[in-house]
Amino acid sequence: MRLAIGMVLLVAALFVASLLSGQAPVGAGQSLQALVAGDGTPLSVVMREIRLPRALLAAMIGAVLGLSGAAMQGYLRNPLAEPGLIGISGAAALGAVLAIQTGLSLMFPLALPLAALGMAVLAVLLILMLAGPRGASITLILAGIAISALAGALISLALNLSPNPFAAADIVFWMMGSLADRSFTHVWLALPFMAVGAALLASLGRGLDALTLGEDAAQAMGVNLTGLRLRLVLGTAACVGAATAVAGAIGFVGLVVPHLLRPAVGARPSALLWASALGGAAMVLAADIAVRELLPARDLKLGVLMALVGAPLFLHLIYKTRKEMA
Amino acid sequence: MRGCVRPSKVIALIAALVLTGAAALAETAPKRVVSVNLCTDQLALMLAAPGQIVSLSHLSQDPDSSSMAEAAQAYPTNGSGAEEVYLLKPDLVLAGSFTAASTIQMLRDLGIRVEQFAPARSLEDVPDRIAQMGAALGREPQARALIRRFRADLARLSISPAHRPRAALYYVNSYTVGDRTLAGDILRAAGFDNVATEVGFARGGTLALEQLILLAPDVIIRGRDYPGQSRAEEVLAHPALHALHQTRVAGTLTDRDWICGTPMVLSAVEKLRDLRLSLEAGE
Repeated sequence: MRLAIGMVLLVAALFVASLLSGQAPVGAGQSLQALVAGDGTPLSVVMREIRLPRALLAAMIGAVLGLSGAAMQGYLRNPLAEPGLIGISGAAALGAVLAIQTGLSLMFPLALPLAALGMAVLAVLLILMLAGPRGASITLILAGIAISALAGALISLALNLSPNPFAAADIVFWMMGSLADRSFTHVWLALPFMAVGAALLASLGRGLDALTLGEDAAQAMGVNLTGLRLRLVLGTAACVGAATAVAGAIGFVGLVVPHLLRPAVGARPSALLWASALGGAAMVLAADIAVRELLPARDLKLGVLMALVGAPLFLHLIYKTRKEMA
Repeated sequence: MRGCVRPSKVIALIAALVLTGAAALAETAPKRVVSVNLCTDQLALMLAAPGQIVSLSHLSQDPDSSSMAEAAQAYPTNGSGAEEVYLLKPDLVLAGSFTAASTIQMLRDLGIRVEQFAPARSLEDVPDRIAQMGAALGREPQARALIRRFRADLARLSISPAHRPRAALYYVNSYTVGDRTLAGDILRAAGFDNVATEVGFARGGTLALEQLILLAPDVIIRGRDYPGQSRAEEVLAHPALHALHQTRVAGTLTDRDWICGTPMVLSAVEKLRDLRLSLEAGE
């Protein structure tokens, strides 16, 4: 309980800090006043139309990515299972790129998150098929490498074939993720999918707890493994698909956050779900503040920062898993 | 030309120049001219004698990029590569100063004369480029006539108004330009102040969307729309641009007339001046 309150306060504090972070040098009190007043002055437009959706998206995306990571890891009982690393984010980005480049998203805005979701479902199914119910590390990572490589190559191909001279430069955005200049349009596009996905994943708690005792024990306790798997696939795909469709592939959130919080919740998968959602929100909010404060003029990509934190941890986890296997 | 008088006048003038000057083509003038750059394409089209141009770049026929796409239809195009250009047996190649250096070096090594043209950074550069093209093609009298006409038209168009609205030029990827660019100079000549200079941009740079909003310009002039979709362009459709009540968001004014330092920039100045007049009228 203390952990929950602490983390909610942390997310709230980072949310406000995110609102106050930006290129324009304006005082904190003045900014927040303009946000509440909404009187059509330039400052209130900046607060309401630029910074508020950005902070909301950071919190939403972080929460669903943390949640997805915790759920995947609980189901596969493997701490390396993370949507970005095993190729789900990459596949979702490919879906989003295809929706944009075919012009489908212009005619029908929901095509963007739907296409990302569709490709994400394919990737999750492929991963579960390849890695098997126990999620052996080696197959998981190899399958992830293959799916990520294929998705990355097809994204590059689609963007290089585009008649738009700026499309090729978008590769960096889709691979690394950024929240720069997002608007409420993107919040409303992503929110329904994230809500449904998060609800599906949150309902997995009891099943994941039972699964720690093994599949047979879980089934004996009345857990429907087929239903659990279906909810996991759809929930992860909806969460990661929606997040990637509006912000690009942001990796490592689902790896770092559950890893840090696992000891704090006594390694119970059900508790790790909500804790990782809060932790993910805090992490992406903090990273998005950092990209604006470190290099304000350069639109530093979120994924760069995430990889700097996440990749060393990933290597550490691989090292540990290797020792356990030996 | 969508209800705009100036370009057609310019074209009529050019046609007249081309016809009257045909006989005067000197012996020393180049006879097989190949242009590999969008801007030299257009200057050559305005000044060359009939039969003098052998080939233009592909872009010359693209109506989104070239102000003289129609006139360019009459000529074969080239992909600007050294091999292709050499096989056309030119005695003069017209290139931009940012045309691939390897291509230009290759052509010079093969013994072909290459004349390079720097991009115009202001309206004052336009007469210089016309004169350079006239000299390169051996068409100095035609160039002088075109320059006289350009100066007269520019003087007539750029009468500084009492009230200068504050404008921002806003392009893909939040790019903006200051006064020391051709686009910035067009803006100045049309009677606007450029907000980019208020925050210290003389040339170009990235102006964050929130900085642009806080500057609250009277008008935001967005860059042209490119075919296809890209995330980099989405900033031009951000709802915050339309949330400012005092700011007018003008459509894609910065089109093909803004790209090259040719007399066509006058049509850009004229369209912008019309925009300023409509702002004054309170539309």
